Amino acid sequence: MEKNKKNKPNFSSEFKNFFKFLLSEMKPKGKLLTPFNIIAAFVIALGGVLIFFRFYNGLASVTNLSQEFPWGIWVGFDVITGVAFAGGAYVVTFLVYILRMEKYHAIVRVTVLNGLLAYMFYAGALLLDLGKPWNIINPVIGNSFGMNSVMFLVAWHFLLYMTAEFLEFSPAIAEWLGWKKVRKVLHGMTLATVIVGITLSILHQAGLGGLFLMAKSKIHPLWYSEFIPILFFVSSIFAGLSMVILEGSITHKVFFRKLTPELKRTHHDILLGLSKICGGTMFVYLFLKALTFLHEQHWHYIFSPMGNWFLVEIVFFVVLPMIMFTQAARYRNVKLVKASSILTLLGIALNRLNISIIAFKWDAVERYVPTWMEIEITMAIILVEIVVLGWIINRMPVLGESPMWVKEQEKAAENLAH
Amino acid sequence: MDRRNFMKAVGLMGLATMPGKKTKAGQSVSDKEFNAILIDTTLCEGCEACLDACSESNKLPEAVTDPVAGIENKTSPNQLAVVNMYNVEDLEVTVKKQCMHCNQPACASACLTNAMFKTEEGPVIWRADKCMGCRFCMLSCPYDIPKFEYEKVNPDIKKCNMCYDRIKDGDIPACAEACPAEAIVYGTRKDMLEEARRRIYQNPDDYVHHIFGEDEVGGASVLYLSAVPFEKLGFKTKLGNEAMPKLTTDFLYSVPVIETLLPPFLLAISFAAKKSKEAGEGK
Repeated sequence: MEKNKKNKPNFSSEFKNFFKFLLSEMKPKGKLLTPFNIIAAFVIALGGVLIFFRFYNGLASVTNLSQEFPWGIWVGFDVITGVAFAGGAYVVTFLVYILRMEKYHAIVRVTVLNGLLAYMFYAGALLLDLGKPWNIINPVIGNSFGMNSVMFLVAWHFLLYMTAEFLEFSPAIAEWLGWKKVRKVLHGMTLATVIVGITLSILHQAGLGGLFLMAKSKIHPLWYSEFIPILFFVSSIFAGLSMVILEGSITHKVFFRKLTPELKRTHHDILLGLSKICGGTMFVYLFLKALTFLHEQHWHYIFSPMGNWFLVEIVFFVVLPMIMFTQAARYRNVKLVKASSILTLLGIALNRLNISIIAFKWDAVERYVPTWMEIEITMAIILVEIVVLGWIINRMPVLGESPMWVKEQEKAAENLAH
Repeated sequence: MDRRNFMKAVGLMGLATMPGKKTKAGQSVSDKEFNAILIDTTLCEGCEACLDACSESNKLPEAVTDPVAGIENKTSPNQLAVVNMYNVEDLEVTVKKQCMHCNQPACASACLTNAMFKTEEGPVIWRADKCMGCRFCMLSCPYDIPKFEYEKVNPDIKKCNMCYDRIKDGDIPACAEACPAEAIVYGTRKDMLEEARRRIYQNPDDYVHHIFGEDEVGGASVLYLSAVPFEKLGFKTKLGNEAMPKLTTDFLYSVPVIETLLPPFLLAISFAAKKSKEAGEGK
């Protein structure tokens, strides 16, 4: 619409065309009745029914939450693990726009899109968990700011980061709609939004760990440390990149025909590069873990059941994938990269669930085990996200080439700069 | 600058900093104005008159739990206080338990909407119109006091509010009023600490020489006296004396520092990387 400001007489017809275009884009592309679609539709429909029950009958009707365990998997997995998985966006934008590693430019858009959707859906899942979700505007509009609260910090950083990610992705939307001038403006804002986005990300990834600082007497000493925020931040780097590797491999297969020739050519190189970074950050993480372990003198806990469980997490889900990542990068073994990314993601989920649920009140008689309905709703949310992701990738220039006019615009901008 | 202007400036500066100080007062260690409840377990007979008064005052169903040794009753959305019984040596001790009304409450510092709030009078209260129901207060409270109405469509957080409405009307909390044995007394925190010490000094053999709640996690507005060590009465005695919000202050202080220092740093790296890349291409 805005590109049309100069010739106003055409406005209404232009708007009609735009509306028609949107309508035509709404329609699904490709086959509708694939096995994946059928299963997804069923899970999502069932999830919808259960969500209705949750709001109609209260949290107790679908969850196993209790007075002892106020947070279940909707927080421990959907939000706290989900956000760590979504950390890829800030790491990749850091590589491309701050360190100027052009190699990763081809995956920026899809990574940012993944991150944005993950935040929208997984942080959005928090709405299901809130007792009074309609009061969620209270900390936003300013009638009651809990400035001393880590949760306040996390909530605001979520909100601002989602805005930053949306702006980072918005040039793709402008290209899809053919809004040339808008695209130019949005594209010009990229570096600023990236810098703001990285800062916000580091702080809210750490902030999610900070939520547990006051639960000192409730979390097993092997998992509790005053460095939880730093551990959460460092682990979000390789968690996010592992997700980029996994999602990249899947979209590479599913959307192969859409890929730019460049992405087809450099896909393996990108995965191997990310693998090296993952291995490196995991080493830093392991070092920090060892430091807190030695510093707090936790040796005597190791020979308890919880201590063994701790060792499982560290040995099989940190040390092992760390070695696999470095070996994979060294011998250029892409399959090994994928395998270690899966192992890493499982390890991150395990770590976050340990802190929020398993090692939380580890000595309590009553334990929290999620109901099938909590798991079902979580799956439904993930599937809706995947469907939306597919819808966008099929329409906007995410993996594929931007329209021709974008290249002209960029060339013109470059000439102006020189 | 002459003296008058100087005084004006000082006055203005004082005014400017006042609101900040005032909002902090609610969370501060200062206990000058805080009121408190003193519970003397050596005088408690386990009659549960306090629980009946509590239920009535808070319009809740009648308390159903009876103190039985070996069973640890816990507060619930329908019962904001409990009386537990402990067999220690040859003594049968009954203890009323409820919210401790900490001086620097974990729940209030956890709350992102200030729904959980430490009042100037001492009680920690909860306000329905602000609460989002995130239950971060429950996660943070070292005593596991806030309780949530999972069964309800519009659930509330339930906990003792020291009969805040009665206090504001000049009354004393219902439990203190109902206690026939002077095991629950109410007054300013200073006076209650003095009263507790007086009881210990006058009968040094009847009490352990410790007031639970005086220093625990930064001090509380509920104080306990006991004849036996507190850990034998189900009290959490290993929490330390540091106020709970202290656990998050280091992290929270680092936030504005990172927020101001990191962006220019990132910008600098970005430009340096661009320059070196262009130089590399130039060759």
